[in-house]
Amino acid sequence: MNWLTDNKIPLGAWMENFVDWLVIAASGFFDLISIVLETMIVSMVDMIESAHPLVVIGIILVGVWFLHRSIGLLVFITAALLFIINMGYWVETIQTLVLVVSATTISVLIGVPIGIAAAHRPWLYTMLRPILDLMQTIPTFVYLIPTLILFGLGYVPGLISTIIFAIAAPIRLTYLGVSKVPNELLEAGLAFGCTKSKLLYKVELPAAMPNIMAGVTQCIMLSLSMVVIAALVGADGLGKPVVRALNTVNISQGFEAGIAIVLVAIMLDRICKSPSAKSEG
Amino acid sequence: MAVVTIENVDIVFGDNKAQTLPLMDKGHSRDEIIGMTGDVVGVQNASIEVNEGEICVLMGLSGSGKSTLLRAVNGLNKIARGRCLVRDGDNMVDMAKCDDATLRHMRTHRVSMVFQSFALMPWLTVLENVAFGLEMQGMPKTERLIKAREQLKMVSLDQWADKKPDELSGGMRQRVGLARAFAMDTDVLLMDEPFSALDPLIRTQLQDELIELQRRLNKTIIFVSHDLDEALKIGTKIAIMESAKIIQEDTPEQIVLNPATEYVENFVAHTNPLNVLLGNSLMTPLSELAIQNDKVIMENGMWLELTDEKLTSVQNLEGEVPTVSWTPNMVLDNIPNNAIFIVPANIAMRDAVNIRYHSKHFMVLEENEKCVGILNDHNFYHALLGKHFGRDTNAA
Repeated sequence: MNWLTDNKIPLGAWMENFVDWLVIAASGFFDLISIVLETMIVSMVDMIESAHPLVVIGIILVGVWFLHRSIGLLVFITAALLFIINMGYWVETIQTLVLVVSATTISVLIGVPIGIAAAHRPWLYTMLRPILDLMQTIPTFVYLIPTLILFGLGYVPGLISTIIFAIAAPIRLTYLGVSKVPNELLEAGLAFGCTKSKLLYKVELPAAMPNIMAGVTQCIMLSLSMVVIAALVGADGLGKPVVRALNTVNISQGFEAGIAIVLVAIMLDRICKSPSAKSEG
Repeated sequence: MAVVTIENVDIVFGDNKAQTLPLMDKGHSRDEIIGMTGDVVGVQNASIEVNEGEICVLMGLSGSGKSTLLRAVNGLNKIARGRCLVRDGDNMVDMAKCDDATLRHMRTHRVSMVFQSFALMPWLTVLENVAFGLEMQGMPKTERLIKAREQLKMVSLDQWADKKPDELSGGMRQRVGLARAFAMDTDVLLMDEPFSALDPLIRTQLQDELIELQRRLNKTIIFVSHDLDEALKIGTKIAIMESAKIIQEDTPEQIVLNPATEYVENFVAHTNPLNVLLGNSLMTPLSELAIQNDKVIMENGMWLELTDEKLTSVQNLEGEVPTVSWTPNMVLDNIPNNAIFIVPANIAMRDAVNIRYHSKHFMVLEENEKCVGILNDHNFYHALLGKHFGRDTNAA
């Protein structure tokens, strides 16, 4: 037993060495990513902040009406956003929304192609599965540390951590959707002369769309839950007041910020439920 | 003119083809080969030729390889050995060996397919589904929608054009499947048990529609079915498959008259011969009748008077019995029911039974103006009981 504890496998040290090596070898690369993403997010936040809140609400309402044509949803969103302004969390809400939307967009842009590739190559999915499990189960605080070192304080480490945490959903659901396209539809596609790419765009993707949309919805929700934690590495947003409230045992501030997060979550959930993905709930 | 020629085709599912093919040649059975190499023999040494305008039915129980063979014709199944030639203008293209571009050309312009489970895209409207293949042909959008609408009209579904497939009944969905295949204007049509998933009335109706469409369009059709009645009704040629092999290939009538094996015989025993058999295979030929002084003695004190095998009159003790020459689509109600019918030798059994029901007498069969035999109740019972199997009489 002593021998076992005496000869500890230096797993942590290996990881640390790896991150150190990354910092030295590829710092330019990470700095570039950091600058590009930071600039993108900050300028988006600035742009939305500079507009009058009521104008922003108006634009959101028009968009939602276009998607869902539901009066009830419009009333709820108006009430929720006005309540958030009243609580004084408008700026934080905008920051959070921008972070969530950016994280989701990047996750989907990367995750959907990976999901499709995995569905076409069983060996790739066999390799991916443990990695996806790892990304989703490892406590999120753990990979905040290396991202913090690689990308510095601010939005970007939060964004990257969020993507790592949330990207598994679109990958898994795209894989599921594409791999369970009924064989007869594939045969019909081929029999009528689809090329590989036509088969993908005209048969596989439309057939998998309900699943892919469910993956996007899940990705948004996971991003939102992660964005709060991202406040720990300096990402602005609704997570900041929560963290501050925790540190100062401030019940009222914690509760108010918490409610704002819940409202944002409900709004995003309702908006994301596209009419075609109803069955997936 | 052969449009599809299948020559010694083997289809094997699995990764050990190099070991499986020699085992097949040595005559090992399908079950033995699964045990030895893990490969499944889908089709073994199948050869068949389908000519222009023919409907060739591949018949067999599930797992006999009929759908597998069908899918070789448009390259959905890989051929391990042998050739599958499909006509493309003046060339015959080997689907087993052609490159991707040729394969796609054949699929968009020469061979289209109808599926058992319809295989319509649920996110497209009925009209867009019919236009699906046309899109793959590269036809511009407005043009293909116009053409798709014409095809829908042909299967009388034009008022359903903007519905989604799941709003249609099974029979309507398969009509959409037919329209999608016909829209391609291909010479060859592959049909994989297209009517098996439908209830019997709708199935009969669609079979009739297909026969009617075929009369107008004259395609070359390869049709897979597990129902011999359907095969006999639709097919101009039937190939019966059992455990990956074609065991008999013949015309519908020959399949019913001379089943090659017990397996085929079991199928035939459960079919209705009325639609298939012809008078000359049912009749008692003249040579088997007792002829004395050019007279043939019949039932009820009647006899036939012959001169040089030509029927001159039918007599009984009271004198001459009236005779009627039957023609297809004749209305029987106006004909006195004591008359004896003279019918062509290739009369369908259904028509003959109808005549017998009306006249209550035997009938005389003629070919080239000569009397070749007679048909009476005994001949009908013989056929209905399946006693006409070549094999049965030999065995007895």
